[in-house]
Amino acid sequence: MLEVDVERRLGDFHLAATFRSEGGLTVLFGRSGAGKSSIINMIGGLLRPDRGRIAIDGRVLFDSDARINLLPAKRRIGYVFQEGRLFPHMSVRQNLLYGQWFTPHGERYARFDALVEMLGIGELLQRRPATLSGGEKQRVAIGRALLSSPRLLLMDEPLASLDSKRKEEILPYIERLRDEIGVPVVYVSHALSEVVRLATTMVLLTDGTVVAAGPIGEVMARTDLFPAGSSFEGGAVLSAEVVSHDKDFALTTLRTAAGTIYVPQVDLPAGRSVRVHVHARDVMLSLRPPEGFSALNTLPGTITEIGPPEGAGVQVRLDCHGDVLLARLTRRSLDGLGLAVGRPVYAVIKSVALDRRDLGSSSPAAAARLEHHDM
Amino acid sequence: MEFTPVEWEALQLSLKVSFWSVVCSLPLGIAAAWVLARLEFPGKGILNGIIPLPLVLPPVVTGYLLLLTLGTKGPVGAWLHDTFGIVLAFRWTGAVVAAAVMGFPLMVRAIRLSLESVDWRLESAAATLGANRFFVFVTITLPLIVPGLIAGTILSFAKGLGEFGATITFVSNIPGETRTLPIAIYSFLQVPGSEGAATRLTVIAVTVSMLALVASEILARRAARKLHGANA
Repeated sequence: MLEVDVERRLGDFHLAATFRSEGGLTVLFGRSGAGKSSIINMIGGLLRPDRGRIAIDGRVLFDSDARINLLPAKRRIGYVFQEGRLFPHMSVRQNLLYGQWFTPHGERYARFDALVEMLGIGELLQRRPATLSGGEKQRVAIGRALLSSPRLLLMDEPLASLDSKRKEEILPYIERLRDEIGVPVVYVSHALSEVVRLATTMVLLTDGTVVAAGPIGEVMARTDLFPAGSSFEGGAVLSAEVVSHDKDFALTTLRTAAGTIYVPQVDLPAGRSVRVHVHARDVMLSLRPPEGFSALNTLPGTITEIGPPEGAGVQVRLDCHGDVLLARLTRRSLDGLGLAVGRPVYAVIKSVALDRRDLGSSSPAAAARLEHHDM
Repeated sequence: MEFTPVEWEALQLSLKVSFWSVVCSLPLGIAAAWVLARLEFPGKGILNGIIPLPLVLPPVVTGYLLLLTLGTKGPVGAWLHDTFGIVLAFRWTGAVVAAAVMGFPLMVRAIRLSLESVDWRLESAAATLGANRFFVFVTITLPLIVPGLIAGTILSFAKGLGEFGATITFVSNIPGETRTLPIAIYSFLQVPGSEGAATRLTVIAVTVSMLALVASEILARRAARKLHGANA
């Protein structure tokens, strides 16, 4: 378990962040300047908090009261930087092996061959970093950090400097890292699509403070965090399973607790677990099952919460057989339909809203968890 | 062309003096460059002013200051003689000291520039991988400043080959002991009818200096290719 409670003044900016994470992949999410990178630099020991405490599984890395401040080299934390930071004078192989050298034998859990294969960098071993593409560099940087057998992996917007094609190339590796290696990850991002796809836990930061923290599904289902007009498109995140593909209409059927959802055909095998991000603005509410309507997806549910008014609009939270959906309506519609907490309704989702980008894959429980020593 | 014993002696002595001056000053030069490039401390301005001093002082003044401090009667020189039995004045070892002092500012400058261009983010990346400060320096910083080390070494070596004023003032003009190439040329010029011998030595000096420059160019290119170049 990672415990972070830090404070630091940086010029006019005051950062005060407290959160915990129970493993998995924790995303620090917020716009640029929210203090995300400062926080992981504090966890990694590259920036000293003015006050606070940082501990992993009870092992204290920093404690201002006890005057503990471990050097970065003593923290056993892997760090994947936005720009890769591969050593230019070493080959890919030497880069990969660099951290392993400093790790005590008894604490090495990462295996070179397995990682090289997982990251698909076997062909690159003899090359120099200067000859690698952006995506290849980031894969090598991930491998290098993991081969030091860290207790925690920090990733500072590792995809930010890549184009969308390269991002798609790296994302599956990060998913495998989360699901197969089982090393806890703290991941900084300002792209909601990455959060939806990768996060187990989400920590939302605004102006240096934690606004919300918790399991991704819970945070994303709050009605007060992503108001209309904010740069992030809010909406519930549902877990789903691929059921079947309809080739004639080029649709894929997904099963969620809330019911069946159709999305434009995706290239994933049946049985695969995925996450679906349903934008609140793409959900309409109806009192009766809609007929003669072009939308494919209609899910019955009950209103559980009506959010604070935001101009003309308001966000409404529904419970659909255990799944949560968010809908954004005008306050006038809310009034006109007489909607209130406890009222049964039908949520109408435009199926086009569920595009490929919002379909993150998520394997069930981490498989093949590698041996992980704790001190 | 065949060397006369006198020419051979002067050339060998010059190479020996320059070589040892570089070997002895390199660790100090790296340390000084590192301190100037990376540390902030009170008195840094003074250090910054003292190191380039031999470049701007008349070499004779530097040589005389060396004689005053390191001569057998000077405070440091007397201590060296009494404690270790080391005598520098009027010995080839003294010529090494003179060459090292005169070349030091050039060496420090080249290494410092190189150090300042090293991306500190690579060093912090190495730290997160478990390397302590010493290993970061040896495995990351040092390899990355190799071009600067080569430049500094060659500059200092060339300066040592050409050093005249401080050397002749500190260790005089003793054949076989302190008569380096430039001092030998000067000596021939003092004797009427020896212009031919002086010219021959001049050709030797020019050749050796050019060889040193060519060598440095080749080494620097190879180092740059290793740092930024293609495949291993």
